[in-house]
Formats: sequence, C-alpha cells, structure tokens
Amino acid sequence: MRKLSIKRISLHATGWLISFLWVGLASAVLLFLADADFINSLHAFFKSAFGGRKFAYLLSTISRAALIIGMAMSALIAFRGGFFNIGGEGQLVVGGLASATAALYFGIMGPLGIIVACLTGMAAGAVWAVLAGAMRIWLGVPILVGTLLLNYPARFIASYFVNHPLRDIASGMPQTHLIDKSMWLPLIPGTRLDTGFILILGAFVLVLIYCHRTVAGYQARMTGYSINFAAAAGLPIHQISLRTLAISGSIAGLVGAIAVLGLHHRFVDGMLVQPLYAWTGIVTALLVNLLPWAIVPAGLFFAALHSGAAGMERIADVPKEIAVILQGIIILFVASSKTADIRQNGPAKEKSE
Amino acid sequence: MIASLFDPSFAESISRMTVPILLAALGGAICQRAGVFNIALEGFIIIGAFMAVLGSYFFGSASVGLFCAMAGGVFMALLFAEFHLRRAGDPIIVSIALNLIGFGLSTYLLRAILGVSGVFQHDGIKKISNIHIPLIESLPYVGKLLSGQSLLFYFSIIAVLFCHAFYAKHRLGLWMRAAGENASGLTSLGVSPKRMQFFALTVCGVLCGLAGAQLSISNVGLFVENMSAGRGWIAVVAVLVSGGRPLPLLGLVFLFGGVDSMSLRVQGFGWPQQFTEILPYLASLLALIIVSYKRLRKDWATKGIKIT
Repeated sequence: MRKLSIKRISLHATGWLISFLWVGLASAVLLFLADADFINSLHAFFKSAFGGRKFAYLLSTISRAALIIGMAMSALIAFRGGFFNIGGEGQLVVGGLASATAALYFGIMGPLGIIVACLTGMAAGAVWAVLAGAMRIWLGVPILVGTLLLNYPARFIASYFVNHPLRDIASGMPQTHLIDKSMWLPLIPGTRLDTGFILILGAFVLVLIYCHRTVAGYQARMTGYSINFAAAAGLPIHQISLRTLAISGSIAGLVGAIAVLGLHHRFVDGMLVQPLYAWTGIVTALLVNLLPWAIVPAGLFFAALHSGAAGMERIADVPKEIAVILQGIIILFVASSKTADIRQNGPAKEKSE
Repeated sequence: MIASLFDPSFAESISRMTVPILLAALGGAICQRAGVFNIALEGFIIIGAFMAVLGSYFFGSASVGLFCAMAGGVFMALLFAEFHLRRAGDPIIVSIALNLIGFGLSTYLLRAILGVSGVFQHDGIKKISNIHIPLIESLPYVGKLLSGQSLLFYFSIIAVLFCHAFYAKHRLGLWMRAAGENASGLTSLGVSPKRMQFFALTVCGVLCGLAGAQLSISNVGLFVENMSAGRGWIAVVAVLVSGGRPLPLLGLVFLFGGVDSMSLRVQGFGWPQQFTEILPYLASLLALIIVSYKRLRKDWATKGIKIT
C-alpha cells in the first residue's frame, strides 16, 4: 500500500475529473448526433434506471445487475488466476442451453428441478472453459484466443438446438418450450423481482471466501502472479489452472441458468448474446481493477447505465447502444489511468504468441 | 457433389470471403511485427464498413465511401494509439474497449443518422466497381478468380506482396520490424519505436477500414448491424498462426476464405445453416492448434520443462 499524500490525492482527483469530462463530452456529442432533447433524455435515463411505478425499473436494473455481477465474478476469478478468459459468452450460452434442456427434459419438477438445472448449467459452463484450458496446457493454444474462439461454436450450437431439435414449433420463434411453472425462480413477495440475485449474492460470498480465505484461492492467485514461481514452489499448476477455469466457467453457467429459470423461463436464440452480458461482466471486473468486493457496485453502475439507455430509447428516441459506447470509453480511461494497474492483481503479461 | 463445390463461381466467392479477412489480417500483422498486440480488428472493421456506406450514400460516390472507410479505421487506430502508446494502457484491455465502441458506435449512428435499425439498404449506395482484365478473363477456372473482382481484391494481393518486399528491402520496413523485435536496439539508432508503432497502427487502421468497405460496399451495398461477425477474430488467428509474416498470411487467409465460401455452398446440400457457419471458426481453431502444438513441442524440446 502506497502512502496517501495530498499531492497524490489531488493528482488522482484531477485524473478522474478529466476522464469524467471526456465521458460527459462524448455523451453530449452522441446525444446531439441523435438529435435528442438533453433534459428529456437525462430525465428518461434516471427514471428508467432507478424509478418507475413501484420502482419497477429499479427492480429490473437489479435483476440485470445480478447477471452482470455474475459474469464479472466469472471473469475476475479467471483473470486473477492468470487466465484472460474472454470466452465468458460461450460458457454463458452453453450453461443456459444445458439448464434449459435439463429443466425441460429431465422430468424432475419443483425445487429439486431448479437445483438440477442449475448444476447442469454450471457443469456445461465448466466443461466449455476447461476445454480452452486443456487446449492451453496440452496443445499450447493461447488462452485469450482459445476462449474467444469457443464463443462462436457455442453460439451456433445453441442456435441449432433451439431452431431444430428443441424448438417450440407452435410459437413460431427460435426458442424452446416454456419451462414448467414449478421450476421458475420464485419472485420476491410483492414485487416482480426474481430470486436470481440472491443466488448470485450467495455465489459472490463464496467467491470472496475463495479469493481471500482459502488455500486453493491463494494458490490460484499465486499461479496468476507468476506461473514459473508457482511451479518452482511445487504447486500442481496444471490442476490449479484447470480448477480456476472450471470455477470461472461454472459461474458463467450459473448465470445462464438464472437467466433461463428466472428471467425468460425458456431459452431464446440470442437472448444471452445480444445484451452483451459477458462483455459487460469483463468490463465490470476491469473497471474495479479486479478487486472482488467492488464488483457489486460496479455491476450495479453498468446495469443502471444499460437500463437507463434502454429508457432513453423508449422515451427520447436515443439508441440504447449509447450505453455500450460509454462503457467502452470508460474502460479506455480506466485502462490507461496511471493509478490502475490491472496486471498487479491479474494475469501476468501473456506474450502475444 | 464435388463438382458443384468447385465450379467457377466458387473461385469468385473465395475472393469475396477472403479479401476482408486478408486486409484486416495484414493490418494486424503489421501491428504484430511492430510490437503492438492489436486484437481490436473487429471493431476497426465494423467502423470501416459503416463509414463506407455512410460516405457512399451521402456523396453518391464509391471513392468517397472508400475514403470515409479509411478515415473511420484511422480514427479507431488513433484511439488505440492514444490509449495504448501514449497513455500506456494494456493493449488487450484497450482492444476489448475498442471492440465494444466499434460495435456500439456503428449501431448507434446507424439509428441516429440513417434512422433505421438492423439493415440499411438504399439505391443511393454506390458500389466499388469490378475490374475486368481482357485476356485473363477467358481462361478456364482461374479466369473468374483473377478477373472481374473488386478493386480491393487486387489491392489486397498487391499490398501483401508489397509488404513482404518492404519488410525485406526497405529501411523503414526494417525499423518497423525492429520496433517489435528489438526496441532498445532501434532506440540506439535514434529512431523512436513508439513512432514506428504509431505508423503501424495507422496503416492497420487504413487496411481495416478498407476491409470494412469490402464487406459493405463491394458486392452487396448495404450495412447490417454487427456486420463483421467475427471476421476480425479470424484475422487475429491468421496473424498469430502466420507469426505476422505476409506470405504465409496470404496462403492461410485464402485457406480460411476457401472454407468460408465452401460453408456457403454446403448449405445447398441441406445441412443446417448453423453447422456450416461454424466451419470457418473450426478451421481457424484447427490451424491455431496445429501451429501452437508445434511451438509447444519445440519449447519442451529446447527448454526441457513442461510448465503450462
């Protein structure tokens, strides 16, 4: 921990202020290009991020934040373990598809069915991530590109299954049948918020314990700092690597299961890809410099950004992709700020070859 | 069945699939050799594709479209340079951010400026003209491949060959390689590696912009949201597999392009569309696995250790 001095604090503050100004300027230019009314759009933004009748929009922000925080945990565990796993999207899709299949065709109903579906989704996500890890260890494929390239097969396989064998033909859409009501995640009484976010918070506590309080988490982090050192210290690095990736993938799979059981109640083609959950999760983990506890506020922040942008699209006719652009700009500034050093907590610099 | 796979129009579609990937991969390779790990090619391409349509639609001229596409690619490259070279941000994170910005900005402006969502198609979009070469055109099989292609097809081939010669013969080419391989040596010559990297990024922006233009205003004349659809990543794989050397890159990208256009034709046999769409990714993954495995074996043999 470096000492804080007035000079350092003011240096940070100016840096942040300048970044904020740039982000503000960019959003003003974007709003101008969309020919939008500034006051109206801002009003729409805050209303649909936090307001609504009975706080309905706030609840949907929380529900979105749960998925984003889940994907951020998935990314964070892998990054801290030294693996630039940017294939969260593939793991998420495979997990969602597997849990939908389990819920529809395993014939187990009720709460037990929910557990089985979640576990199936987690297993599928883990397998997808471990696949990339195995390619890294035994075939030498860089983890960055390996995980990413597995996104596309996952997307196409899921698309095939919901278009052909698992399709609900009567609905006329590329989607599976509706899951039995007994397996929908229950709602919080009196609201329309499903309990998915409680599951995510539970997983979050486990992740905190894993990162800070267990030997396995410590070993994973040590491997992330320096894999050569870990090997020299006699740690089973192959096993640790695969375990890290399996945990990362299974969290992504769990997020997929929650989206299926709690939000959509079926698997719809593209429902996990288009909202960019996986990429937003990665960006969230990067925003807080891979600090585990901080992904909750950061996830809420990005979820509010996306919900607000969706509201601006409805009310002020501003395309909702403004959220994606702002997210990218924020990460540009975070990546390049002098105070942030993602490598400090994260992957050792992987050579590009 | 085999004959229908390899009829003359196959040659034509190979080049249609190949050119965008080739241009982008060449840009990525130039960055790679200069020591910039640029995986934002996807974002560069999509901005290029959008700007090409925008310029071509508003000015009614394909060359303005091409110019706008280049400008769009360079804009992204300047962002990369500002945040990676000047502010020393991590290239992977900067790339992730720029890919998001590329996707977001093209979709946003499509709705904000052109007022449509999804697909923008209009008769006002002028396309790049194809070039017919008189004698070669009448050759069997090769004729369709070598003649009647878009301007950018010839440009991309020439660019690759030029780049090869440039690296081998020209002093600037040597410097650009040195920026990646031995930056301190280059500094001792009084040449700034950062300047070489900036130059490489700018060239990459131009090439990726043209790649986007090839996608949007060459054969089809329309813009679709998320039009690049992973081609930038296939280009990244081509760069990694070829190690950034132009000639192997050329061969490799034609291989990928061949598989890509094959996948279109296999759809005619009643295979599900999703299976055929996977093929290019599987092909690039396979190529990556083969090369990586060779490198891994070499590492094991030379260093005698088996970590990671």
